[in-house]
Amino acid sequence: MDKKLFKKNDLILISVFILISAIILICVSLFSKKGANVVISVDGKEVVSLPLSEDTVYNIGGYHGGENILEIKDGKAHLTDASCPDKLCVNMGYISKKGQSIICLPNKVVIEIKGDTEEKNNFDTISE
Amino acid sequence: MNEMKKTRKLAIYGVLTALAIIFGYIELQLPAFFAVPGIKPGLTNIVVVVALYSLDNKSALFINFVRIAIVSMLFGTVIAFMFSAIGGLLSTTVMILLKKTDKFSPIGVSAAGGITHNIGQIIVAMFVTGTTNILWYLGILWLTGTISGLLVGLIGGMICKHIDLNKII
Repeated sequence: MDKKLFKKNDLILISVFILISAIILICVSLFSKKGANVVISVDGKEVVSLPLSEDTVYNIGGYHGGENILEIKDGKAHLTDASCPDKLCVNMGYISKKGQSIICLPNKVVIEIKGDTEEKNNFDTISE
Repeated sequence: MNEMKKTRKLAIYGVLTALAIIFGYIELQLPAFFAVPGIKPGLTNIVVVVALYSLDNKSALFINFVRIAIVSMLFGTVIAFMFSAIGGLLSTTVMILLKKTDKFSPIGVSAAGGITHNIGQIIVAMFVTGTTNILWYLGILWLTGTISGLLVGLIGGMICKHIDLNKII
């Protein structure tokens, strides 16, 4: 191979790629608002919806006897433990913003933040 | 003479596939250091880049697919196979197409491959979990795909510069 290892086109291509990822990340963080509820679904079916405002611990019975322990604390939700081998879902950390999710593929568990914040509720009360 | 060439080609394919499988196994052993799953160094892609540039398009696609099938059969699950197969085939196809334009070096080609691999996996994830709310990961995986693809392309390009597999064949 006698071609150059790095071409000008590569620089343009990679800059475009990094720019796109920056745009996606900025858009996602700008447009995401704090959510109100933690919605848990197993194998595509909604199981339970918990309010983010109340501190609690919930044991999710996943697909094929899998288990994920969900903890809600200080308005944030995360998994403290899981029966899946890779523990990727535990490593996903805390979620609190609308649209954010924790997904455990082996147990087919999806945890999503949904609903509007209290600010919106206040606004509704005022407008009444 | 022709038989000899065929045998040598077969041996090279075997060696590269074995190397890809070993890299795949090593990657499976890496713990999830990062907060976001799906971030992987993409070691196996080094083999694919080398095959793509020093052999041909067909061999890159073939080696990658055999690697995915064998690694999934040995260590993975059906879901893992779906993820790898769609991500792997998508990224290899994009890499072949970009290489055909002859405008990019292995680095650019491999960066595009890294991204499309991740996009393929996110598409599968959307189908498996039935949620469309994983755009967040798309942004992060897009970035890490670029970085790991860049490094993979650099290493692959350097290997191709020093070892010409076509000469061996």
